[in-house]
Amino acid sequence: MIRGRDVEKRYGRKRVLRGVDIAVPRGGFAVVTGANGSGKTTLLRLLAGLALPTRGDLVVDVDRSQIGYLAHEPLVYRELTAMENLDLFGRLYRVPERRERIGMLLERFTLWEVRNERVSTYSRGMTQRLALCRALLHDPDLLVLDEPYSALDEDGAAVLDAELEGLAGKHTVVLATHDPDRVAQLQTARLALA
Amino acid sequence: MGLALVLALIVAPEDADQGISQRIFYIHVPIALTAYFCFGLGAVKALLLLWRGDERYDLESYVAIHQGTIFGALTLITGAIWAKASWGVWWTWSSNQLVLFLVLFLFYCAYFMLRYSLEDGPRRARSSAVYALFGVALIPVSFLAIRLAEDFIHPTVFTRDGPQMSGTMFATFVVSWGAVTLLAYVLYRVELAGKRLDADLRELREALQ
Amino acid sequence: MTYLADVAALTRKDLRVELRGRDTLPAMLLFVLSTLVVFHFAIPDDAGESAAYGLLWVAIVFTALLGLARAWVPEQEHGVLDGLVLAPCDRSAIWLGKTLATLAFLLAAQAVALPVFVLFFEPLDATALAGVLLADIGICAVGSLMSAMAAAARAREVLLPLLVLPLAIPLVVGGVGAAVSADGERFLLFLLLYDAVFAVLSWASFEYVVTE
Repeated sequence: MIRGRDVEKRYGRKRVLRGVDIAVPRGGFAVVTGANGSGKTTLLRLLAGLALPTRGDLVVDVDRSQIGYLAHEPLVYRELTAMENLDLFGRLYRVPERRERIGMLLERFTLWEVRNERVSTYSRGMTQRLALCRALLHDPDLLVLDEPYSALDEDGAAVLDAELEGLAGKHTVVLATHDPDRVAQLQTARLALA
Repeated sequence: MGLALVLALIVAPEDADQGISQRIFYIHVPIALTAYFCFGLGAVKALLLLWRGDERYDLESYVAIHQGTIFGALTLITGAIWAKASWGVWWTWSSNQLVLFLVLFLFYCAYFMLRYSLEDGPRRARSSAVYALFGVALIPVSFLAIRLAEDFIHPTVFTRDGPQMSGTMFATFVVSWGAVTLLAYVLYRVELAGKRLDADLRELREALQ
Repeated sequence: MTYLADVAALTRKDLRVELRGRDTLPAMLLFVLSTLVVFHFAIPDDAGESAAYGLLWVAIVFTALLGLARAWVPEQEHGVLDGLVLAPCDRSAIWLGKTLATLAFLLAAQAVALPVFVLFFEPLDATALAGVLLADIGICAVGSLMSAMAAAARAREVLLPLLVLPLAIPLVVGGVGAAVSADGERFLLFLLLYDAVFAVLSWASFEYVVTE
């Protein structure tokens, strides 16, 4: 599903990614590791389709309606409530049975109680959980997750563990993390960026 | 080409009975036309960039617009000289072409501000290209606006003589136009080559790191 | 039809965000009223009525710029714009939603400012008001796009006026002409032309500005 060879990404003078090879089959679970500044985020942005490589070939064989992306930023509106945010993205992603799906995700990530509060009132952990809801909302074939465990407390992390376990094998996952051991059993491939 | 330019200036004195203002005309109008052409070329390259996605067009579009802006500035300067020679004032709002060039000059200066404020990359190339397209759309619209504005911005009594051109005058004009166009073309190629060399050098330096 | 539904959802979102945050509209309102007062002191007595219309348009343009400068701020907090761009909807719908919302704010500010203008300065007839509406559309259409361009840049507060003002010149001509000239309809037609050309251009090119 993902095939990349000698991928390079440059921003002006700065070369952020250099000579990266990546291959992830459908249903695979790839874990990307590397120090801060090694280009993990940039690579994930390329996979999500938010940027194009400056050089090299990269093929992500999936329509953008089937990609779920979790960035460093939560990608939700501060002044809207969780419900309103997910409703908007649910519409834009044409999620069938929107209400039910939103309700289910909010409950799973224990945000149901605060669903009508504005995101500006949330803690970092809650915002991260909402961001995960947004990424999973449309049940995408490809999940691109940039350090999803950061900012999550133990409970939140446990929910994410369960969620990933359920998805592994059926959906394709690319996950960048500082803590690869957490997902060691699920991973089918490892990519370490220098 | 510089030679042809000088020739034009020397040929012109043959019609010296027209006076200095006429001589400036031979330079002013070709420069203005060349500026328009450069902006048009910049827009074409911009369109190609957006359509084909090849980043080579970004530099070509930029250089074309850079040339256009330089010639635009020259248009304003020669226009001012002409105005001084013809009517005794350095600036007049009644010359539609001059006003149009002022608006365009402002617009394209903002183009460079835009490029300066964005980081090098596809984002900057695309935004510049879109802006360049807006530029050529602005040319006819602005011209129309300025024409309409005469309605309530009272025009002064200066009239602009559209020169009736006799044979030799026309020939001189064409020679001058050709010379200026050639000059623009050479400057374009030189600047483009220079900028490409810069870019290639930079890439080489990075590859060696 | 889903296109229009997307646009509606996005416009609704913008209105909601503004209602909650109350950043932009009050500022625009206060700005335009203050400017009108300043103009009272700035115009000498014998300047004639046309000068007032000219100044009205200066006030409108700069009020619009104020609104446009803040137009994409909600999308920049938390990086939401990436989220919108990734969605399967047409990117131009994002532009249209934003333009309609900004237009709504500008009209709301003018709903207060125009009566005040009539009170302080000169009357406005139907042609003049039509001119205001058409010019509003033009400036919001072009401004939304330029604002998105500037959003990624350094010194964006300075850049936006530089990008928009040359493009706004024809609009000012159209607006003042509609108010002042005996043959106002001509200017309305011109504004219609401007809107058609630049709205379509903005609509079509937004995609290229927000993607790589």
